[in-house]
Amino acid sequence: MAPIIEIKNLTKSYRRGNQSIIVLENLSLDIKENDFLALMGPSGSGKSTLLNLIAGLDKADSGSIIVQGIDISLLIETELAKWRADNVGFIFQFYNLIPVLTAFENVELPLILTKLSKKERKEHVFTALKLVGLEDRMDHYPGQLSGGQQQRVAIARAVVTDPAILVADEPTGDLDRVSAQEVLKLMENLCSTIGKTIVMVTHDPRAAKKAGNIMYLDKGVLADDPQTSFQECV
Amino acid sequence: MILKLLFRNAFRHRLRTVLTICGICVAILAFGLLRTVISAWYAGVNASSATRLVTRNSISLIFPLPISYKEKIRNVDGVKLVSAGSWFGGFYINEKNFFANFAVESKSYLDLYPEFVIPSDQKSSYLKERKGCVVGVKLAKRFGWKLGDTVVLKGTIYPGNWEFVIKAIYKGRDKNVDESQFFFHWEYLNETVKKLWARRADQVGFYMIGVTSPDIAAVAARNIDKMFNNSFAETLTETEKAFQMGFVSLSQTILTVIELVTMIVIVIIMVVVANTMAMSVRERMNEYAVFKTLGFGGLFLAFLILGESLLITSLGCIMGIILTFPAADAFMGAVGDYFPIFNISTQTIYLDIIASFIVGVVAAIFPVRQAITVPIASGLGRIG
Repeated sequence: MAPIIEIKNLTKSYRRGNQSIIVLENLSLDIKENDFLALMGPSGSGKSTLLNLIAGLDKADSGSIIVQGIDISLLIETELAKWRADNVGFIFQFYNLIPVLTAFENVELPLILTKLSKKERKEHVFTALKLVGLEDRMDHYPGQLSGGQQQRVAIARAVVTDPAILVADEPTGDLDRVSAQEVLKLMENLCSTIGKTIVMVTHDPRAAKKAGNIMYLDKGVLADDPQTSFQECV
Repeated sequence: MILKLLFRNAFRHRLRTVLTICGICVAILAFGLLRTVISAWYAGVNASSATRLVTRNSISLIFPLPISYKEKIRNVDGVKLVSAGSWFGGFYINEKNFFANFAVESKSYLDLYPEFVIPSDQKSSYLKERKGCVVGVKLAKRFGWKLGDTVVLKGTIYPGNWEFVIKAIYKGRDKNVDESQFFFHWEYLNETVKKLWARRADQVGFYMIGVTSPDIAAVAARNIDKMFNNSFAETLTETEKAFQMGFVSLSQTILTVIELVTMIVIVIIMVVVANTMAMSVRERMNEYAVFKTLGFGGLFLAFLILGESLLITSLGCIMGIILTFPAADAFMGAVGDYFPIFNISTQTIYLDIIASFIVGVVAAIFPVRQAITVPIASGLGRIG
């Protein structure tokens, strides 16, 4: 099967004052369709930066990221925004729901950019909330939901436009163990039953174990032996 | 949903938003009142007619002109009507009861001022009564005067107690007509002056001249003044507007200060709103990054922030405009003697709206720029 994401010779650095700090160096990686990939590594290893680049939130210094045949490193900002809206769903550590919008309205948000009618949007939102088991909480504001429920609303928002790729940055990092398990199970289902490709950054070995594939990043390069690195991380 | 989001964002920090709205409201109120004070100052100028000229002694308004000039002026090309008058300078009971009072050549004066609307029966009654006087409706209301009442004014320029009978009460044809004037027959004044101060008789303070067209006003003024060149009382003739502006220019410094204060009020409130918007945007930078992550563009963010800023300033502006009316009434009650015309003009309302719109837009510029330009990764705060 052809990879859905092909990363070739990716380099990314940041400037801090006069200093240039290399975060990712000449990194190459293929991610297959319907894969559930966990990216692990110590803080500052570049895993979130890699996730940002895969999701089209940031631009690399050099190298290419080809997603479903499109080199997103060549897209300009407006094209990239459209591409993100169509192809990527986002799940954040701190849910990042809009506090003044209800669960329903938060999930509806990405659909505003589509050409769907109000009725169709409503149907899509209802389906997404049903998928995460929160159809009875659609009128609740984020502040009225638990952390686990908020993350499930965030997952519903991520999948409501039916993107091919989901990126998740520490999705269980702010959750208790039970809620974390529920969220991971949901993500596992999205991968196995709906066929989403998921790239997840995590520090949690238990979360990583749920993923079918684990990659270990250290100082901007992928580890040669992910299994050993994983054991070290655990 | 976007409008819902905009409205909910505006009231997310209720106390802060309410205080900002109150600030804008007070600023608009102050701005509106100060603009109205400036308009009140210019009321005489605004009410003047382009077809009326005023001739006075070229040395100063306090020096008189002989009444004999009247016929000569009437013969100047383009002059349709001539009336004469003098500032009487009387007061009612005590000096605190100040109001404008003139002795005028009544028939021609009323013909020159059609904006003083008097019922025809009252007008003819006034013209027949030697001691008759005409008072503005506001002045009558101020002292509780009615038709037929006898009023005694104490003269300052012409000392003594002067008795008048109110024969007519005029209303202004337009809102900018001063309804607090008092005028009576110049002949009545002159008769008494002849008896008591004969040397001051047959003199007037000014001539009011009606010309056939505004186009010939300048030429007529020049011809009138030329006629009295090298006479013992040379004249200065100018349009009524220029004549009124002469009074306004005496207080030009005060007016400039008031105008400066109105600008300062607007700048201060601009800083207050800009601060509110900057705080709001800084607090929500993460949310704006989320919007960008989901594919929303800079225009959407600009709409959200600018809309919120304009919503807050509009609410403050509406409240400020509503409160300006009772505040102007209260102001009028306190200092109405000095400002016979104190109307909130439509122009002032438009200026209120324009000022609040500008404040709303300017206050949003930097927050919008900040929200649009911050990189998504920085906004989400997760570089690593």
